[in-house]
Amino acid sequence: MKIFKDLIDKTKPQFLKGGKYEKWHSVYESFETFLFVPAKVTNKGSHIRDAIDLKRAMSIVIIALLPALLFGMWNVGSLYYLSIGQADATLFQSFAYGFLKVLPLIVVSYGVGLGVEFIFVYIKGHEINEGFLVSGMLIPMIMPIDIPLWMLAVATAFAVVIGKEVFGGTGMNLLNPALLARAFLFFAYPSKISGNTIWVSQLSEKKGIVDGFSGETILGQKINGVFESYNGFVGNKIGTWDMFLGNIPGSIGETSTLAILIGAAILLYTGIASFRIMFSVFMGGLIMGSIIYLFGNPENALHQISPIQHLFIGGFAFGAVFMATDPVTGSQTGVGKWIYGFLIGIFAIIIRCLNPAYPEGMMLAILLMNVFAPLIDNVIIQKNIKRRLKRSPIVVSEK
Amino acid sequence: MAEKNDSLFSKKNLQLVTGPLGKNNPITVQTLGICSALAITVKVEPAIVMSISVTIVVAFANLLASLIRKSIPDRIRIIVQLVIIATLVIIVDQILKAYAYGVSKQLSVFVGLIITNCILMGRLEAFALGNKPWPSFLDGIGNGLGYGIILVMVALIRELLGAGAITLPGIGEIKLIPESFYEFGYANNGLMILPPMALITLGIVIWVQKARNKEIIEHK
Repeated sequence: MKIFKDLIDKTKPQFLKGGKYEKWHSVYESFETFLFVPAKVTNKGSHIRDAIDLKRAMSIVIIALLPALLFGMWNVGSLYYLSIGQADATLFQSFAYGFLKVLPLIVVSYGVGLGVEFIFVYIKGHEINEGFLVSGMLIPMIMPIDIPLWMLAVATAFAVVIGKEVFGGTGMNLLNPALLARAFLFFAYPSKISGNTIWVSQLSEKKGIVDGFSGETILGQKINGVFESYNGFVGNKIGTWDMFLGNIPGSIGETSTLAILIGAAILLYTGIASFRIMFSVFMGGLIMGSIIYLFGNPENALHQISPIQHLFIGGFAFGAVFMATDPVTGSQTGVGKWIYGFLIGIFAIIIRCLNPAYPEGMMLAILLMNVFAPLIDNVIIQKNIKRRLKRSPIVVSEK
Repeated sequence: MAEKNDSLFSKKNLQLVTGPLGKNNPITVQTLGICSALAITVKVEPAIVMSISVTIVVAFANLLASLIRKSIPDRIRIIVQLVIIATLVIIVDQILKAYAYGVSKQLSVFVGLIITNCILMGRLEAFALGNKPWPSFLDGIGNGLGYGIILVMVALIRELLGAGAITLPGIGEIKLIPESFYEFGYANNGLMILPPMALITLGIVIWVQKARNKEIIEHK
């Protein structure tokens, strides 16, 4: 650590105003604050002082993502070995396989995303912040395992530039960048991010796959009219508990509701994510799921998913815990958070069950509500102002 | 044409043509005619045909309106302008149907909708009614071309990335992305042919233009 400290101190003057590398100040500073706690503190104007800053908040989200990520890596390997008929692969074998498959995705996502951010920071002379730290981790976790790396790179660049930088960078974006990356791929290259063969590693290449193995996701099975969910092989029935544990095909990080709930506990305990949003998304999903379950078409397998299972399959839990609670794109007001979350839950299930084109609705539901979040906030705030004005003894004359 | 102060292609007159191509562009700077720019830029061929149609209509509408500008009663000028535009649009539409039926089919209602293209009313109101016929004609040509440049630019980007090819009028489809790319795993971007991407592409064009030319950034 001392070496770094010396190096930073020694080179500092060259990066300050008037120094030789003045233009690189922002890049320099990002490395400095990455290594050391910045010496700058707010000394006026701020009324609430807290030890938490953007970097710490982001780091906690990364920690909360780890259980789902590690489980996802194991799940990738486990399903792969199941598909080639080696059901006796050890825990370590599965994990190692998944780790080697997922790692390139993470590297590309961070590399491209940070690269784009560095370019913008350099041009605009802003400071680099930790805005991409979480997005860079979320993007690979909501991708199918076999997504080509260049597509991931294009999607990440699109999400960072169009989703974030054009609005002014971190904290100014309207849409969740990670979901935007996924939505981009979903509409640009649909064959690589939807279908029945892309959720298990190397299944689409059909090399050494055991006869009868099917890598359909649960929702994929339902949309094809399969009532009894199976995993891997038709007839290999699974129940609600298996869906909760999550050893099922799906995007890398979203299959295990258990691992996601561990992350949720970390986020809620540290106060990073909003309990209101998280809870109301699940409530919305549960209520809409019940309505469709009770009044839906009995011959449609999608309508016959039990409300509890709705919360465990697809990206519902992952979206509710990590995506909907994004403090930038979600609602800011207390009541607004309840409405925002509730509508996400409702819309996710509506899109999932009532729209034959998209078997999963979480992504589109969150993006839709992202757009409506400022409107919800505005209505709540205006109502609040009116209510208080009525209570106030002073008559405000409106000119 | 009593007073002869300007030659036909004086600097001032030429600026009427070159201005709308760059810093006074109808689409990117005046933000007129966005609707059709989003709708018909999936392929290059209809974009080119559309640009030519709009250029002809706006140039002759400007010319005609300018010729009778002194005899149009002020209170009914909008309806007179609409009659001029509608007449020209119908002529263009009929010509397209007769000589370029395929493209006319692709453009569908959008040829008819040139009537509602804001560029036309905008130029008639803002320029033709207050200027002489020849400058008005040049202004129409300039704005039509300015509209066309952006249209073709957006269509080029969209068709190249969305379909991997370029269709030119009279030549047909030219595959620009070689087969070997596809064998390597390259795929056409399906989002590019959907309308949202037209808006985003157009936004990027405006972004690049404003970054290069600081004059056109409006300050509040």
